[in-house]
Amino acid sequence: MIAFRPSVEAMIPALRRYARALTRDADIADDLVQDTLVRALRSERLFHGGDIRSWLYTILTNLNRNRRRSLARRPTISQLTEHDEASANGTEAEGRDIERALSGLVEEQRSALLLVMLEGLTYREVADIQGVPIGTVMSRLARARAHIKASLDGEKIMLRRVK
Amino acid sequence: MMTEPNMPVTEDELHALVDNELPADRRAAVEQWLDAHPDAAARVASWRAIGHALHTRYDAVADETIPTQLELDRLARPPRRWMIGVAAAVLLAFAGGGAAGWFAREAAATAVASEPDPVNAMREEAFAAHRLYIGEMRHPIEVRADEAHLLPWLSRRIGMNLRAPDLSKYDLKLLGGRLLPCTEGPAALLMYENEKGERITLYATKLKAPGSSFRYQEADKYGSISWVADNYGWVISGPADKPRLKNIAMAAIEQGDRR
Repeated sequence: MIAFRPSVEAMIPALRRYARALTRDADIADDLVQDTLVRALRSERLFHGGDIRSWLYTILTNLNRNRRRSLARRPTISQLTEHDEASANGTEAEGRDIERALSGLVEEQRSALLLVMLEGLTYREVADIQGVPIGTVMSRLARARAHIKASLDGEKIMLRRVK
Repeated sequence: MMTEPNMPVTEDELHALVDNELPADRRAAVEQWLDAHPDAAARVASWRAIGHALHTRYDAVADETIPTQLELDRLARPPRRWMIGVAAAVLLAFAGGGAAGWFAREAAATAVASEPDPVNAMREEAFAAHRLYIGEMRHPIEVRADEAHLLPWLSRRIGMNLRAPDLSKYDLKLLGGRLLPCTEGPAALLMYENEKGERITLYATKLKAPGSSFRYQEADKYGSISWVADNYGWVISGPADKPRLKNIAMAAIEQGDRR
């Protein structure tokens, strides 16, 4: 029997990172992580081994999808990312570029890209998390990358024009 | 083992290379192929740069101290007692430190925000009302500020002693108010205006929800600050100017405190 709680606890930093990149909003991200943890703890007794890490990413990914659906039903309000830390040195400007590029992605593509590139999961794991064949994960990844590259290239062109 | 350098490399394989999903025996061949195909090599480099940018931006989040709202011991406790604890903490901060304490309780309050959320519902009602009524030229309000029964009437309907904060410091003059339906009962909407015709609304309604700190939200050109105290929800909406709205909300609370 693996130690359930310590395994969940060890995942909190990575879940926060994933949630932050997924939502680009610190408050919403931590709310999502909290919901994920509450659900995980509730299912503690139901958990008979297996990959806790993938399981937690799955819960978080699904919760975020639900959240976005309920937002979509109420189109008048959308939570915007706060740029309080907006003193722009190079790294931060770069961070904002990647953030903006992420915002332009379809939810499934964003999630696939982040799970693979940021969280280091395998295609197989992401396919299980998203409940789709590996081929679908790969095409989501490819589209996400093409879109982000175009978006980042666009930023550079804008910058050059401004200069 | 001999690989075939000329064997065509697919786009999928290039992605797999970046993601370490390529079988070891194919890796060398793909890398060799890239040497001869600078366009593809540049594409691969740009994908790797995306990974780098993601880590540069978000790894710091994983290094942050974990907020108390995410401590497992806290989350495993029975939710009801925990919610009361949060509400009590916020109210204590309110009574003790005044409005300044509210911001300090941000972590405690956001812990509540993910519960099925009457606060969100209220905020949306308030925001919708704001957007609808500030656009009205002739009838933005139901009862004018100079009519003595405005506040007694609204107070009676929402069940609390509603006062209109003095926002003249922000060049805002009370126009008047109106009564609105909200999910948990009637809501009062007070409208202020400055000389430029810019309008701010203050919305208050009874709300069964734990006390919370300020939350800012914006959409289009409008922003709102909302909070909950003593089973009343409050929303201040206006042009999307976060510091200004925060100051106005603070002023409203401070004036409420002194009563």
